[in-house]
Amino acid sequence: MAIATTLPVAARAGNGFGDWAERHSGRIMVLPAVLIVLAFAVFPLIISAYLSVSRFALAPGGYKLSFIGAFNFRRLLVGQQQYHFLGTFSAFGPLEWGVAVLAAAALLYWLYSYLISGKLRPMGLVGRLISAGLGFGVVLLTLATIVAGGFPGSLMTTLVYVFVGVSIQFSIGLALALLCAQPIRARNWFRVIFFIPLMVTPVGIAYTFRMLADMEKGPLAPLRFALHLGEFAWATDPWSARLVVLLGDTWQWTPFMFIVLLAAVEARPHEQIEAAKIDGAGPFQIFRHVTWPAIAPVAATVVLIRLIEAFKIVDLPNVLTNGGPGLATESMTLHAFIAWRTQDLGGSAALGYILLFVSTVTCVSFFNFGVARARRYQ
Amino acid sequence: MAGTAAVPRSLYARLFQRPDPASLAPVAKVAVYTVLVFWALVCIGPLYWVLITSFKQPITVDGGPYYFPFIDFQPTLDAWTYLFVEVGRDTVRPYVNSVIIALAATFAAVFIGALAAYALVRIRFQVKIAAIVIFLTLLVATIVAVAAFRVPWTIAAAAAIALFVLFLSTASRRFKGALGNADIEFWIISNRIMPPIVAVLPIYLMFQQFHLLDTHIALIATYTAVNLPIVVWLMRDFFAGIPIEIEESAQVDGCGKFRTFFVIVMPLARSGLAATFMLVLILCWNEYLLALFLSNANAQTMPILVSAQNGTRGPQWWYMSALIVIMVAPVIVIAVALQKHIARGILLGAVKG
Repeated sequence: MAIATTLPVAARAGNGFGDWAERHSGRIMVLPAVLIVLAFAVFPLIISAYLSVSRFALAPGGYKLSFIGAFNFRRLLVGQQQYHFLGTFSAFGPLEWGVAVLAAAALLYWLYSYLISGKLRPMGLVGRLISAGLGFGVVLLTLATIVAGGFPGSLMTTLVYVFVGVSIQFSIGLALALLCAQPIRARNWFRVIFFIPLMVTPVGIAYTFRMLADMEKGPLAPLRFALHLGEFAWATDPWSARLVVLLGDTWQWTPFMFIVLLAAVEARPHEQIEAAKIDGAGPFQIFRHVTWPAIAPVAATVVLIRLIEAFKIVDLPNVLTNGGPGLATESMTLHAFIAWRTQDLGGSAALGYILLFVSTVTCVSFFNFGVARARRYQ
Repeated sequence: MAGTAAVPRSLYARLFQRPDPASLAPVAKVAVYTVLVFWALVCIGPLYWVLITSFKQPITVDGGPYYFPFIDFQPTLDAWTYLFVEVGRDTVRPYVNSVIIALAATFAAVFIGALAAYALVRIRFQVKIAAIVIFLTLLVATIVAVAAFRVPWTIAAAAAIALFVLFLSTASRRFKGALGNADIEFWIISNRIMPPIVAVLPIYLMFQQFHLLDTHIALIATYTAVNLPIVVWLMRDFFAGIPIEIEESAQVDGCGKFRTFFVIVMPLARSGLAATFMLVLILCWNEYLLALFLSNANAQTMPILVSAQNGTRGPQWWYMSALIVIMVAPVIVIAVALQKHIARGILLGAVKG
């Protein structure tokens, strides 16, 4: 798209700084951005890779790095930090085995249908193998730590925040967008109010939800008496603590889904809706066959952007629950921060790399199998 | 509500059917408003609670929930005087830090990002893949040489740059494969996918080497870098929307590329620039993780102050609330006043993907 609109570089022969700058104007304009990205993204990525295979130790006059291979990764995945990162596993019962076999069968069928589809490409196969492998690993981990009754580690907690949080935010955002697109008054007021939470500093949200979750003197305390809950605190049970973090996250990010989906809903084809109504289609049929196809590309894109950001969650668990009770609300970024604070830079870098891997694979998979498909839908 | 039909409508029809196609049935209308008002309360409620808590005394906080100033509790300014008079210096310094860092980083990011976005929209680039491969190889080799074989970093960097220039001036012409504008754009934007935790450790060590930890410069530079992709992403479309004829006629009149950009293009794109600026400003203001690593006492920003005070004064709701109010007030004012513009920026980013 950019090619058709480019300006010709002025072909003036000449010397002097002005002409030199003019001839190289494109490069000069892009160079600062490229240098900054090199210095703050590419260079750190390489150093981080180096750190993740090293042991970091303070030494007189600085620090010392010694190469230790994949030790940092092994410690997280199978070693003494496994309980912290992957969680504590429980033995599988019949239910867990059943689900695991079903998941494996589904993924194998998916790979098989790709193999016989005739569109086989080496890169496509490798990508699908990675996606399927990670997906199966996540299923096994979920079964071993949540379904079978173990303790989830920071990886599982992050995945819960990402997938549960994004689903809830998308559902509420879509529902609100559909309601707000109805012919009602004061629509702009709702729009402004619904937008506010997105801009509020996450650390402030975290502390506010800490107050709201206080069932002794917080604003929701009367509910405790109304429901006869007795002594009850959100932050003492692992799942309720995670729920409070999710609530804070949902409060902040639903507006993002809302504004984007509202724009998509308002742009849907009105003639088709009128035609469908005349043909006697109910609201659900209209949604299924007119509205949803029209907004699917935008919906997929907005979920993708939210997925990218959701993997970075750290402020809410750190301030709201301090990662507790135990490790229950610790996200991977918080885990890496705690590792860094205890001078374990190698472990911290390894965690960062695993997070990069998981989030990239998830987002690329979602892009290839979700966004691209939704766009073809149109 | 009676409808336009001459036949009197039944109660059911009057409640559940649309009086005309352009409006809702009364029951549906009540349901829609109920849900929307409920969500509006959900959005406002927590902020209202923080605001009133900042006017409470310890006794009104601990005595159970009170909701309405002057009705069920007497508001005082105790927390506010404490915040601004007794510990005033500890409050104002992080606040000023936050303002300086957010403004400087936003200016830098928008300026550098807009330049790059404009060039990527209007000027054609060809970057040899071979050059990139050589560059990355040299970078890795330099790092390994410095870290593992204790070569002084100045010598290693000079050698690498010399080799790279040598390659560019000799062998690079033989390679054909090249990347275009779309690839460069994608490369810059894709940095947003990278979780900041991966990059922050080396950035921390880098600033430690330069003795810049806990300074404004470190935070400004880092914030500029993390927000560049967003600026490029958004500005690209604002620039592409400007008719190219204006720029062409400026060029015909002898206006150079830089002058065209500053004198003609920037003013034309000012609403887009403003939207991007506000969005990036808010992102810088709210940033937490990078400041957690890179600042300590001297360059501490507001989110770090709140999170640190949460550890020591967590139960003092009145003080913490006042602190949060001054932290989020500017962002909320911006959000309410410029909702349309900021939302447009977000929309643009999200819709085209």
